[in-house]
Amino acid sequence: MNGVELAFVLLGAVALGSGFLVVTTTRIVHAALWLAVCLGAVAACFLLLTAELLAWVQVLIYVGAVVVLVLFALMLTRAPIGPAPGAPRRRVLLAAGVAAATGAVLLLTALAGLGDEVIDLEGAEVGGAEAIGSALFRAWVLPFEALSVLLLAALVGAIVLSRGRPDEDGR
Amino acid sequence: MRLAFPLVVSALLFSLGVFGVLVRRNAVLVLMSVELMLNAANLNLVAFDAWWSDALHSGQVLTLFVITIAAAEVGLGLAIVLLVFRNRGTSDLDDLGLLDESAEQEALPDDWLDMDGAGRVAPGREAAS
Repeated sequence: MNGVELAFVLLGAVALGSGFLVVTTTRIVHAALWLAVCLGAVAACFLLLTAELLAWVQVLIYVGAVVVLVLFALMLTRAPIGPAPGAPRRRVLLAAGVAAATGAVLLLTALAGLGDEVIDLEGAEVGGAEAIGSALFRAWVLPFEALSVLLLAALVGAIVLSRGRPDEDGR
Repeated sequence: MRLAFPLVVSALLFSLGVFGVLVRRNAVLVLMSVELMLNAANLNLVAFDAWWSDALHSGQVLTLFVITIAAAEVGLGLAIVLLVFRNRGTSDLDDLGLLDESAEQEALPDDWLDMDGAGRVAPGREAAS
C-alpha cells in the first residue's frame, strides 16, 4: 500500500464515519454539520483521483451551498435543537438489513468484477479547469446547455412554490 | 492505486444513504441521505474516469452535471418541504399520508375535485356533486 492509497483509505474512513453519524445522530442540526464533513472528505477523495476541478466544485456547491440550504430548511421547519427521539427498533433493524443487503450486492459485484484493476494515476491527465473546460465545451456542450435550461426551470419552480397562496384577487 | 478502494468506499457510502432514507422520518434528513447516495455515485464516476484515462473526461463531466442537478433538486425539494410545513405544520414523513388510503387523515369533502386552492367550489360545478 503506497502513500496515495493510505491517504485515500484514511479519507474514505473519515467520509464513512461522518456519513454514519449523518444517518444516526439524534441531534439533527449536527447531522447537517456532519454532512459537510462527509462531503469535504469526498472532495478530498476526488482530489486524489486527479479530479482537481471537481474537488473545488464539490466544496463550493455542496459544502458551501447545499449544506447551508439544508441548515436554513432545518431552521425554517423549526427542527428541535436538542436530541430527538430515535426511530423504533424494528424500523432500525429492517433498514439496517436492507442497507446491508444493498451494500453486500454492490461490494460483491465491484470486487468480483474489478477487484484486481489498478488506476494508473501517474499516466492520467489531471482534470483541472483547462482539461474539463475543453471537454465540456467541445464534446458536452449540448447537455451543458440543456442543464442551464433545467437550472432556470428549477429556479422558477422554487420561486413559484415559495411565493405562497394567491390572495382573494387571484394575484 | 487499486480501483477497489474507491469502489468499496462508494458502495459503503451508498448503503449508508439507503439506511438513512429508510430510517429517518424528517423530510430534510431524508434529502440529506439522498445526497450521500449521489456522492457515492459521483465517487464511482470519478474513479472509473481515472481508471479509463478517458480523453473526453466523460466521468468527471457527468459528475459535474450530477452536482448541478443535485443542487437544483435540493433547492426544489427544500421549497416543497417548506411549503408542506407551512400548510401542515410538520415535516415528518409518517404524518404526511394524504395519498395513503389507510392513513387516518381529515376526510376530504365529497366535491374536493372541484375546489380551487382556497377551498371554494368552482362556479358551475355545484350540481356535479
